[in-house]
Amino acid sequence: MGSSFHSEQKTDFTLQCPIPINEYPNILLAHGGGGKLMHNLIEKMFSAAFSNEILQQDHDSAQLTLPSGKIAFTTDSYVVQPLFFPGGDIGSLAINGTVNDLAMSGAKPLYLSLGLIIEEGFAMSELWKVVQSLANAAKIAGVKIATGDTKVVERGKGDGIFINTSGIGIIEHSMAISPKSIREGDVIILNGDLGRHGIAIMAEREGLQFEHKILSDCAPLNGIVKKIIESGIDVHCMRDLTRGGLSSTLNELAGSSPAEITIDESLIPVHEDVRGACEILGFDPMYVANEGKFIVVVNPKDAEKCLSIMKGDEQGKDSVIIGSITGKSEQIVKLKSKIGTMRILDMLSGEQLPRIC
Amino acid sequence: MKFIDEYRDPEAAKRYSELIHNITTKKWNIMEVCGGQTHAIVKFGIDELLPKGINLIHGPGCPVCVTSLELIDKSIEIASREEVIFCSFGDMLRVPGSKKDLLQVKAEGGDVRMTYSPLDSLKIAKDNPDKEIVFFAVGFETTAPANAMAVYQAKVQGIENFSILVSHVLVPPAMEAILSSKHNLVQGFLAAGHVCAVMGYNEYFPLAEKYKVPIVVTGFEPLDILQGIYMCIKQLEEGRHEVENQYSRVVNKEGNSTAMEIINRVFKIGSRKWRGIGEIQDSGLVLQDEYINYDASLKFGLADMVVEEPKECISGLILQGLKKPFECEAFAKICTPERPLGATMVSSEGACAAYYRYRKK
Repeated sequence: MGSSFHSEQKTDFTLQCPIPINEYPNILLAHGGGGKLMHNLIEKMFSAAFSNEILQQDHDSAQLTLPSGKIAFTTDSYVVQPLFFPGGDIGSLAINGTVNDLAMSGAKPLYLSLGLIIEEGFAMSELWKVVQSLANAAKIAGVKIATGDTKVVERGKGDGIFINTSGIGIIEHSMAISPKSIREGDVIILNGDLGRHGIAIMAEREGLQFEHKILSDCAPLNGIVKKIIESGIDVHCMRDLTRGGLSSTLNELAGSSPAEITIDESLIPVHEDVRGACEILGFDPMYVANEGKFIVVVNPKDAEKCLSIMKGDEQGKDSVIIGSITGKSEQIVKLKSKIGTMRILDMLSGEQLPRIC
Repeated sequence: MKFIDEYRDPEAAKRYSELIHNITTKKWNIMEVCGGQTHAIVKFGIDELLPKGINLIHGPGCPVCVTSLELIDKSIEIASREEVIFCSFGDMLRVPGSKKDLLQVKAEGGDVRMTYSPLDSLKIAKDNPDKEIVFFAVGFETTAPANAMAVYQAKVQGIENFSILVSHVLVPPAMEAILSSKHNLVQGFLAAGHVCAVMGYNEYFPLAEKYKVPIVVTGFEPLDILQGIYMCIKQLEEGRHEVENQYSRVVNKEGNSTAMEIINRVFKIGSRKWRGIGEIQDSGLVLQDEYINYDASLKFGLADMVVEEPKECISGLILQGLKKPFECEAFAKICTPERPLGATMVSSEGACAAYYRYRKK
């Protein structure tokens, strides 16, 4: 199974689960209990799917040989419902989310840890789908699962499955990519349209139907970031736009830089269907979550070059310049509205809640 | 996007702005009644396009804002009960009661669910016969038809474990309360377009006549609002006080007769307490006697509950247009969307919340 896994596995889930489902159609507490069942699960399912030389070391901890220099290290937990949604699932999300966090410091992601907290009774077939998706996403992003852990919690004490991934990557450039490096005049580039992930999840969760299915934008960004870094562009900051959307990210940057940021609403791409859903629900796409979008803050002299490099990558073909850093004395995000007036783009207080009317 | 972008065209907005400047010779106070209009005005910065002397007063048309503290406390009391599944539109969940909000009740173990339609709640009732399902029936005339339909369907289908906590308010009595106040500043109204889509605008002719005030039925997109303001100022400048319809692509004079029929079948007019304003006679909807078994307030023995509002919040003055959010001592200091003192800071449609989000100084 191990060696042929990657070549056969695409995004379909037709491969047979290596643990015969008629044997254990559901996860039992014993699958996390340290005994035979757990070993069976690890060996037959996890090792087979994630097979690599580090896992094969079979130690309590992975031993990694890394080049000298700076290391980037990050962690994130994934608790999404539904577990499977149009355009992705908790598995691809858990890989891409952590890969993207590493990529935002300009690092090359190398190794991920994988912690699974599974609820008793979770279908073995679903777990297999998640594991395949994890393996597939890791392969696409070019990272290895170096170590892992499985726990099973009693029925009713989990939500199917929770995943934690931590990741390390190496930083091969010498730039200081951070909010502190942002300068007045810097240009802000966005790699595509906003709000797909949030609306895809929302539509699935609430049973909302649209003419075309809105797919999550869940994707790894380390490829496009690598191209930007290797081109020698003077990157001052990068940030992925996850929970809280573009607005929250810009406000975080304005706060920690500090900087006055001005963007133009009419330049920001939002897909028709996402806009429609937002209009109906009373949401603002500026605040809706993404899982494959980021902004780059670059030296203005490199803006056009950066834009064209980004446009040449699958994850950036709809890249646009959305605004610039217009000052350094105030911590504020300003938005030029569609009708040409200026207003503040604030951070959201809580969750966005659908409006009554 | 079709049917949206046409109404957000910057060139057309500029032309309307010029037209308004051309006809304006005096200062005028105009109230936009609906919270959706307030939201659009602040979000798109429409007031920046107007002559200095045009003062937009943000009216009481946000259902979240005007729902009384008493009803919020009732909702919290009901939602906290073990046998209850409490269903509500999303933005009511964060409205603070005297001690907590519905999201806190949920965190403490209450079964509080966000629904998009009262009919979804009815389905939950069908699926959970051993539970009591309560829907928080909030809103103006716009949400009344769907809420009425849920109750009507419950009765037709014999579903007894369903009830609604009725908090319905009506727009014209609130407008009259503002006009008849001795502090009234309002000289012209932009009436709430979607309320009129249901009810038509026959109700406004007597108001315009009695108080000599122009009323323009207005939509919610930037160009709708600019055109509504233009029509209102034109009337004021010419000394007219008529009812006009800017939002003719959605509203007709007679309203939606099917919607009105279901409202009248299930509801009747009754008194209602407005948050920040107080009780206004005949300003709300209550269930008809025939449907009284679906009244959650009675079902859970809370009909006599009385709750007074905190003194430091001036949301009442803001809802009546007598003060702007900036003029409140508490604004953006002790009162923020995270810890709102009063109703107008809670909903994104509330005047204080809109100012906080788009204009914070």
